[in-house]
Amino acid sequence: MNSEVIGLIDYGVGNLGSIQRMIERVGGCTSLISNASELSNVKKIILPGVGHYSEGVRALKSLGFWGALLEFSRCENTSIFGICLGMQLLCRHSEEGDIEGLGLVDATVEKFYFPQRLSLKVPHMGWNTLRMVRDNPLLRADNEELRFYFVHSYKVVPKNPEISIGNCEYGGEFCAAFQQNNVFGVQFHPEKSHRFGMALMKRFVEL
Amino acid sequence: MLKHRVIPVLLLRNNGLVKTTCFKNPKYVGDPVNAVRIFNEKEVDELMLLDIAASKENREPNFAMIEQIAGECFMPLAYGGGVRSVEQAQRIYALGVEKICIQTAALESPTLVTDLALRFGSQSVMVSVDVKRNWMGRPYIYGSAKTLSRGANWIERIQQLVDAGAGEVLLNAVDKDGTMEGPDLALIQQISQVIEVPLVAVGGVGSLGDIKAAVDAGASAVAAGAFFVYHGPHRAVLITYPKYDELEALFSVENHEP
Repeated sequence: MNSEVIGLIDYGVGNLGSIQRMIERVGGCTSLISNASELSNVKKIILPGVGHYSEGVRALKSLGFWGALLEFSRCENTSIFGICLGMQLLCRHSEEGDIEGLGLVDATVEKFYFPQRLSLKVPHMGWNTLRMVRDNPLLRADNEELRFYFVHSYKVVPKNPEISIGNCEYGGEFCAAFQQNNVFGVQFHPEKSHRFGMALMKRFVEL
Repeated sequence: MLKHRVIPVLLLRNNGLVKTTCFKNPKYVGDPVNAVRIFNEKEVDELMLLDIAASKENREPNFAMIEQIAGECFMPLAYGGGVRSVEQAQRIYALGVEKICIQTAALESPTLVTDLALRFGSQSVMVSVDVKRNWMGRPYIYGSAKTLSRGANWIERIQQLVDAGAGEVLLNAVDKDGTMEGPDLALIQQISQVIEVPLVAVGGVGSLGDIKAAVDAGASAVAAGAFFVYHGPHRAVLITYPKYDELEALFSVENHEP
């Protein structure tokens, strides 16, 4: 069991309590990181986030996290795990706000657009199944269907399809989870996906 | 494939859980935190906590209670009741609540909906609309906190709130509340054809068949109170929730292709 403290980036965007509670429930421990200098204390970080992309970018930059996160990802033995908006911020660019992201992952963020006939609502909100695409340290298929809670209006579009580790179906398949080296991201909310989320968080804790 | 959400609704009144019938005669059902723990174990899709007294009594949401409940939930939690400002909403989101549900404040001033949506994202903002039918069977918006009917065409009012930025609509069929005699399918059908955001239908669910019927009528998700807290003809309090494979079987019959 890995007892390393996981840093949880606190940039005023998104609720951290549920993530903290879930990590504690699966045997890990977290520490809130509210300024960039604290990054040097941890090897694993979670970048959470809910809401507008531009606001996320602004908040990260204003707290000095922008450059610091890029540096952190280049250090040895570090891992970054982005959740929902956090996953999107790791990408190069988002249509939401037409603004550049951290660019740690070779992907962009685009809005869901569906032709009328599909009668699919945006945001994509609710529980949906995840199709694991390749072996990876975070997801395990076992025999049971994996499902998680999603709530988002924009989706991640990898430029390199190999970084996808899990896809989800909503008007076509989209990338719901990725891994590029030491950087992971999930579009859904593991902290709101009861035992499925717990299983995933446990694996991140034990990485 | 996106699953249809089935959501227990917990009505809060003075720190206790209650259940109403047609929005009247609230009966004490139990301790809220305990109920949430049970729903957590049953792995419900989502939970809604509505404080039915807050707006009526013009008081603030019970932040301590919300925090306690959010602490127990590893699934999405929506809270409604007495939210009138962005500051209150911010506080509630910070406690671990996914969505805020507003009604009275939204009907009085749709700009609150816009402010919340801009700040926290449309998907975090749900508007709740109580709809009653008049003696001719015509629907009208019933603002339950102030017990006034709201005049203007009900569909237009809802559309107005969606245009203002609401990411979801909770449609409450007041006449069916607590009756478990089946949802108001016509209402669901009418509104779901007009709005583009997800519709959560509540009021009248008494069986799994009712849940399916509501979804077939156009609801993206179905919420229920009495159905999950009462059991049997004498309405004994018992917290229940269908098993995942029961719900899967229920929805797999329909043809829902992307």
